[in-house]
Amino acid sequence: MADVILKKIYVKVWRQNNVRAKGRFETYEVENISQGSSFLEMLDILNDKLIREGKDPIAFDHDCREGICGTCSLYVNGRAHGPDRDITTCQLHMRKFNEGETITIEPWRAGAFPVIKDLMVDRTAFEKIQQAGGFVSVNTGGVPDGNAIPIGYEDAEEAMDAAACIGCGACVATCKNSSAMLFVAAKVSQLAKLPQGKVEGKRRAKAMVAKMDELGFGGCTNTGACELECPKGISISHIARLNREYLKAKFSD
Amino acid sequence: MSKGSFLNASVGRKFLMSITGLFLIMFLLVHMSINLLLIFDDSGDLFNIAAHFMATNPFIKIIEPVLALGFAIHILWSIIITIQNMRARPVKYLKSNQAVNSTWASRNMFILGAMLFVYIGIHLYNFWWKMKFAGDPLLEHITVMQAGVPVEMENAYALVATLFKESVIYDIVYIIGGVLLGLHVSHGFWSAFQTIGFNNHIWRKRLFVLAQVIGAIFAIGFSVIPLYFLIKF
Amino acid sequence: MSKIDNKIPAVPLAEKWSKHKESIKVVSPANKRKLDVIVVGTGLAGASAAASLAELGYNVHAFCYQDSPRRAHSISAQGGINAAKNYQNDNDSVFRLFFDTIKGGDYRSREANVYRLAEVSPNIIDQCVAQGVPFAREYGGTLANRSFGGVLVSRTFYARGQTGQQLLLGAYGALNRQVAKGSVKMYTRHEMLDVVIVDGKARGIIARDMVNGEVKRFGAHAVVVATGGYGNVFFLSTNAMGCNGSAVWQCYKKGAWFANPCFVQIHPTCIPVHGDQQSKLTLMSESLRNDGRVWVPKKKEDAEKLQKGEISPNDIPDEARDFYLERRYPSYGNLVPRDVASRAAKERCDAGFGVNNTGKAVYLDFKYSIERLGKDVIEARYGNLFQMYEKITDVDPYKEPMMIYPAIHYTMGGLWVDYNLMTNIPGLYAIGEANFSDHGANRLGASALMQGLADGYFVLPYTIGDYLANEIMTPKIDTSIPEFEEAEKSVTGRLEKLFNIKGTEPVDHFHKELGHIMWDYVGMSRNAEGLKTAVEKMKKLKKEFWANVLVPGEMSNVNPELEKAGRVADFIDIGILMAQDALDRKESCGGHFREESVTDEGEAKRDDEDFTYASCWEYKGEDAEPVLNKEDLEFENVALTQRSYK
Ligand SMILES: Cc1cc2nc3c(=O)[nH]c(=O)nc-3n(C[C@H](O)[C@H](O)[C@H](O)COP(=O)(O)OP(=O)(O)OC[C@H]3O[C@@H](n4cnc5c(N)ncnc54)[C@H](O)[C@@H]3O)c2cc1C
Ligand code: HEM
Ligand code: SF4
Ligand code: FES
Repeated sequence: MADVILKKIYVKVWRQNNVRAKGRFETYEVENISQGSSFLEMLDILNDKLIREGKDPIAFDHDCREGICGTCSLYVNGRAHGPDRDITTCQLHMRKFNEGETITIEPWRAGAFPVIKDLMVDRTAFEKIQQAGGFVSVNTGGVPDGNAIPIGYEDAEEAMDAAACIGCGACVATCKNSSAMLFVAAKVSQLAKLPQGKVEGKRRAKAMVAKMDELGFGGCTNTGACELECPKGISISHIARLNREYLKAKFSD
Repeated sequence: MSKGSFLNASVGRKFLMSITGLFLIMFLLVHMSINLLLIFDDSGDLFNIAAHFMATNPFIKIIEPVLALGFAIHILWSIIITIQNMRARPVKYLKSNQAVNSTWASRNMFILGAMLFVYIGIHLYNFWWKMKFAGDPLLEHITVMQAGVPVEMENAYALVATLFKESVIYDIVYIIGGVLLGLHVSHGFWSAFQTIGFNNHIWRKRLFVLAQVIGAIFAIGFSVIPLYFLIKF
Repeated sequence: MSKIDNKIPAVPLAEKWSKHKESIKVVSPANKRKLDVIVVGTGLAGASAAASLAELGYNVHAFCYQDSPRRAHSISAQGGINAAKNYQNDNDSVFRLFFDTIKGGDYRSREANVYRLAEVSPNIIDQCVAQGVPFAREYGGTLANRSFGGVLVSRTFYARGQTGQQLLLGAYGALNRQVAKGSVKMYTRHEMLDVVIVDGKARGIIARDMVNGEVKRFGAHAVVVATGGYGNVFFLSTNAMGCNGSAVWQCYKKGAWFANPCFVQIHPTCIPVHGDQQSKLTLMSESLRNDGRVWVPKKKEDAEKLQKGEISPNDIPDEARDFYLERRYPSYGNLVPRDVASRAAKERCDAGFGVNNTGKAVYLDFKYSIERLGKDVIEARYGNLFQMYEKITDVDPYKEPMMIYPAIHYTMGGLWVDYNLMTNIPGLYAIGEANFSDHGANRLGASALMQGLADGYFVLPYTIGDYLANEIMTPKIDTSIPEFEEAEKSVTGRLEKLFNIKGTEPVDHFHKELGHIMWDYVGMSRNAEGLKTAVEKMKKLKKEFWANVLVPGEMSNVNPELEKAGRVADFIDIGILMAQDALDRKESCGGHFREESVTDEGEAKRDDEDFTYASCWEYKGEDAEPVLNKEDLEFENVALTQRSYK
């Protein structure tokens, strides 16, 4: 694998000093980037340069850098997590870009995700949705043996498909309505598939949807964009299940 | 069930859209079937009989206001939903490459709907308004033999056929209208099932394909009529 | 020196925990409401503890530096979690899990703690299942298991390659439930920068709000530190970018002992370093060794050609491949413990048989299992890992073997705690990777998750009561007292100092430098000479850092560089202590390999005569050398033998 070096690229980045400040785009030059480097490593290098020039480095969220914590969240060249399928921003590599290209980087845009600084957004709204009902109400201790309730292979797999959500918010970012339906559906559907979660299924679906609405996310119009940009490929079939759960709950009220 | 909160909740609102949307699709399937009679009998008798039946059938009398209500709700809620959804993103993206992740129709349902609204308005004015209220010399009663019995009815065929024969503009408007409808339904049909929760990873593909088929049928079915008159006369 | 009191009850091993539980104090529900507990860190250990404590009725204040507890580093654990369920009927038992863990840890952990860990392990699985954790299942609906390195039974529970994620989301759910009820107050994007000691007891913390830079005081009747490991001392590691040793280090500076700092785990299966722009290393789960075979070419010419990229691994016939783990360790083969597998890889690469362009990689080949089981089976087991590998390296592991190399992964060392998980500072607890308790000199795969959850769900909620029962008369902690004021001032002072140096080099420069020193001298293989050099170099680096670091931005705003600066300042100190500890421990054990202490075959040689202790380092001031206290480890239930996986 010969390492190809991008001699020069340009990045056009959203800069905004804090929640209240007005933002603007700025374009920077970055030199000598290995195509084997990750996108965030490219930003590290740019930041190193900015710091040395006495400028404020670009703030962006990241932590695990292996696609599982859901912290990284960049809208790159018009797509959530950039131009590749089934990955997070931290898994995006520079081999997806060309010499001399201008790469546009924006934060997740949604009223429910205000910008904290530059490319960093506040996703507390997701926390609130989870707190509204994204759990099974059991205390520690006093639970039955793990094998007491058999769960079919298919059900367990489907629950796991949904549970794979990393809470990154790409679905909201990419949705033309800034809807959080895929995120909510992932949790509701996971627990609806398991006997443990079914018990309070109705309450959960209603509470999480109500919270989502309250926090200013848009509604779902089933464009399916979220599913294609979701780094974990969470299927919108789970949204259908959420709708089912929700309608069932509402009609039996 | 607290109706207020349901109809205001995102999922509840969408539920109304889908129910009304599906209802409109059902209506349009019937409507289109009858319309197609226009091109299978140049004498116009078949169409006139069907139109007469529709105009006099008591069941249709009941359905008519329901249909109007369906439209009203569908349109009203579509406006509410669209405004709400636009508000959810106060700052827009500079660069947004949505073509890679969704169909054009799915992203432009309101625009399609709004254009449909205009189209429906024109359509209602052209035919429904004239037949019901304003009247038109072309609608002069004729007698058609129906099961061996002569029945007197309006010559709806003449009204329609004349419009399409004489106005290329209207032909084009109606062809475009048909295509818009097809596009709207190509997303709307499967989307409605998704909204009411009738979907899973198996039905997903089937419904999507079905939506494209129904969309195409609508697009072709509705635009073939003006096209027929445009070409033939 | 007086014997260190670790509070382990003097009864037979199997009865210790139940007897201990019977003897410790309990706080009444009415009194629990009046007691505040701070939990710093909401990874597996912290989230499970915070939720369980809140369920019991305590007022919990929980902190994490990410924007959500769900993003804690525990989320990245891939392979699985151990539990002595014996669901496979393969003669597993609490004792066998205990024994494997003690042996895997190379006899440098406490029998009592490890036994308790094994004893509560089955409860963890039950708890997680009840929370809706979607563990893998058999077609009949029962829980599935896989095997991990260093053991001969199949006791690892898993959720695809995302076990840590699923367990953490379970604990996160439990935590959220308490947040919604108001019994946990969650502070995200808050970094703990100091612990406050009042009259010898831990009474609160100082934390910086990472959004607006505000330095705040928080008081409580007890403080629990669950801030994870300090593997990022090495700069490149499999840890998340934000993982740090700072909370632990502040506790140490306030008098808590730091135990076994030199015990670091180097994981054998990571994606090799690609160049000098790299910021972190990615782990490929150990579970891959179940189905992958590790090899390098037998002939050096082949290795050289591979290094130059002239041939592909598939060109090398089976006869010319050296399956060195199977060759050296026939009974465990590819499933030897991590330390053994890592050293064996290093040995081959140092001998010139490494396979990528840097010569620092070996193959992990799935060809054989794909032939045996079919691609579908392999895909179902490891699909997401294979995808991850391909995204990073651009090589398809279904077609070509993976390239792997050891990398820093886990720190067994941490704050010293007694059987109650309390440090030597009353009221200050440490759980999860942040403490030193259960893994000795080497941790077995799938045991960290087990330990974090055991601590948080089933141990701390009991043991903390014993301390808090004496605190019921203590009113709410007043944070305006001088101790808090002073702590806050010193935190602010340090931040200002870092900020105002305005040197010429960004923080990462020093961190990378530190990483090089650590990897070269305090890494997989250590010797006295090198360790002394390392201490020298790090002391020099420390001076340079404090004279020349450049922290940009603003103090009172989001400032990742300021955060990093504080962490790296502490990492340098931790690195020095690690080297000192490694220097003291003149034996090879587990992950700690001293070149001076090897068998004739070149395997690690323990010295039980002189080193059967946990080293407990005590801070004596900025310029003074730390003091080493020794907790003797007593083995009454297992015989100390030289570990063999042959
Ligand atoms: C890639 C990888 C794979 C792994 N796979 C496995 C596996 O398969 N099986 C297994 O058993 N183990 C595995 N491990 C090890 C295991 O994941 C960790 O040891 C374990 O999750 C640690 O949990 P914890 O709760 O102690 O700490 P963490 O999960 O690291 O949590 C630390 C918490 O502390 C907070 N924090 C840290 N510093 C501060 C501060 N200064 N102020 C405020 N908050 C702070 C963080 O925000 C976080 O909430 C793996 C580790 C890695 C790196
Ligand atoms: C002419 C007949 C019409 C038919 C058959 C029709 C059908 C449908 C259907 C089936 C849906 C899907 C509902 C769902 O996803 O749950 C839909 C959605 C929608 N329709 Fe219509 N509609 C028609 C007219 C209109 C008109 C006139 C407007 C607007 C003025 C409109 C605007 C919308 C909007 C905004 C949506 C929501 C888009 C979405 O959720 O993706 N429609 N329509
Ligand atoms: S559903 Fe997908 S895109 Fe949305 S938060 Fe979860 S992982 Fe991210
Ligand atoms: S940094 Fe964790 S998913 Fe990208």
